[in-house]
Amino acid sequence: MASTGDLEPTHYPARRAAQVALHYLNTHHGSPFRVFGLQQVHKASAEDVAAGGRKYKLDFSVTDWGSGSAGPALRCSADVLFPRTERHSAPEVQLHCEALHQINSTAQEEDAFYQKYISPDSTVSARDIPDSFGNMSEEMQPFWRLARVAASFIMLRESSENTEFNMAKVASVTQQESSEEQLMLEFVVLLHDFPSQEIVQWKLLASWSPDRGVRVLQTEWQPRCPHATKPPN
Amino acid sequence: MKGLLVLTALCVAVFGKKTFEGNQVLQITAKDEAQISLLKELSEQEHLELDFWREPIHESLPVDVHVPFHSLQDVRAFLGNNQIQYDVMIMDVQVLLDDEEREMVKYRSSPKSTDDFVYTAYHNLSEINSFINMLVAENRKLVSKIVIGRSYKKRPLNVLKFSTGANRPGIWIDTGIHSREWVTQASGTWFAKKIVKDYKRDPVLTDILNNYDIFLEIVTNPDGFAFTHSKNRMWRKTRKPNPGSKCVGVDPNRNWDAGFGGAGSSGNPCSETYRGPRANSESEVKAIVDFVKSHGKLKAYVSIHSYSQMLLYPYGYTHTPAKDDAELNELAEKAVSSLQSLYNTRYRYGSIINTIYQASGGTIDWTYNQGIKYSYTFELRDTGTYGFLLPADQIVPTAEETWLALMTIMKHTRKNPY
Repeated sequence: MASTGDLEPTHYPARRAAQVALHYLNTHHGSPFRVFGLQQVHKASAEDVAAGGRKYKLDFSVTDWGSGSAGPALRCSADVLFPRTERHSAPEVQLHCEALHQINSTAQEEDAFYQKYISPDSTVSARDIPDSFGNMSEEMQPFWRLARVAASFIMLRESSENTEFNMAKVASVTQQESSEEQLMLEFVVLLHDFPSQEIVQWKLLASWSPDRGVRVLQTEWQPRCPHATKPPN
Repeated sequence: MKGLLVLTALCVAVFGKKTFEGNQVLQITAKDEAQISLLKELSEQEHLELDFWREPIHESLPVDVHVPFHSLQDVRAFLGNNQIQYDVMIMDVQVLLDDEEREMVKYRSSPKSTDDFVYTAYHNLSEINSFINMLVAENRKLVSKIVIGRSYKKRPLNVLKFSTGANRPGIWIDTGIHSREWVTQASGTWFAKKIVKDYKRDPVLTDILNNYDIFLEIVTNPDGFAFTHSKNRMWRKTRKPNPGSKCVGVDPNRNWDAGFGGAGSSGNPCSETYRGPRANSESEVKAIVDFVKSHGKLKAYVSIHSYSQMLLYPYGYTHTPAKDDAELNELAEKAVSSLQSLYNTRYRYGSIINTIYQASGGTIDWTYNQGIKYSYTFELRDTGTYGFLLPADQIVPTAEETWLALMTIMKHTRKNPY
């Protein structure tokens, strides 16, 4: 049962749409040193659109995970369109954030990280980030963030009004041979969907460099025996 | 020296990558200033990666150096060629670290009292059960343990009762009904200790306990909890097999007799929100139902989950607002405000169905329909960054801030008897 017009910002319909906008923001501006999280939805409204979908208009604030929810917040506005089609199709997002280019640059850390791992000898390989106790080494943190950004491509694509995705953990990261001066990483990630409470496993191949940002080249849903639950869509 | 080793051992335990196999610690005795100069030159050879625990300063002071395995040959040759005397203090640093680790683990697993218990770490089922027994033994006048039933695998369902007199109305708190939500069981142990610490010290809590009993079930789903330690950290449900299906378990928070079977739960045993074959089919749930009914005088009921930082009240199974919606909303706002006052953690609040999602067969919908007006569900930290895998250093801050909200709810219950 969906309401049209103004939405209560703290209720889930607005929040789910805002999360979709966040995934979109991270695919464009996320990096090994930057992941954005939702701080608060200020205003939201929704309406059915002619072509048979539902469009949300949102006014919200985001913070960089690095600085925590108490850190400086960026104000954003977004239109999120959930198409209503027979088979699921990805939501469409238009997003604008104030002062996006004024946030503290992470160029130095990105370059150092890139230089360290682009060498042909580099063969990073790790599992369980974080571990059961929430621990993660400092060395693994940029990989964790990269995985989160790459996973945002999947979460964005798979989202609907009935999902609310987060990345639960990185099951594994395996560095592949660099290509075209891009770091190539194969990730297996576990995503958590709130409404269904399901844990969904995806394998993906991503590339990154400071210039080109994150790109996702391949994704593959992985059934987890014996539950083998398909992704919510 | 020992302190440094312990610190290193902790770092090794946490980061898990670095090994000190074959490394040695040498104690060098320089006989004159010339030898000191040589040792200073040695210390500047960066490629050797020497770690001086006591730097070369003066010939009267021993020089201790931690030498990585790959540099040992070079260092010994250097010392030999220059006739500088030395002894091997530690033959293999890793062996020493392993011994220390074993000692530390042993110590951690068996605290001698609840003051020794490490609240800043996650514990397993047997550690929490030991904690419960110790707490009772240390506070016999205030605390007792009630076993309200058994899990599917026959584990005891332990409830702590905090009571200062007979025939009192009660307040119920449970944590860990969903086993993967580890910060909740961890917070539960902290709450238990907090209650005994604050009784007769904090006037508000003392007043509450002089009029109400508090019941606290820390590991509400012990089979699931054991499974998160042994096999699958992401396990949520009970561990009861489902006949005719290869999938195990029922969602204990969809198994209650309130809107049972409706939208917001699944009929598929393979689903994380599988409601079960019938209401109260799970012994973990039935035990609480029986307890609540036979007690008959519970006035507040709080069920604690993670994650997403929310304080929720009924209903989850229907859009019809609860009769006491206005009061529950106002109290939630106050509780969330006290919570936020400590570390500025932001919570959202509202009815389940509006704030989080439609969910049928949920705990507090049932308890509310039984007449327990102050029925609340918490979703603790965080909002998705770590999710279920919340780092242990957030356990105590989470418990501390949540306690403020719990006190607000309990205080309101005490001041508004019904």
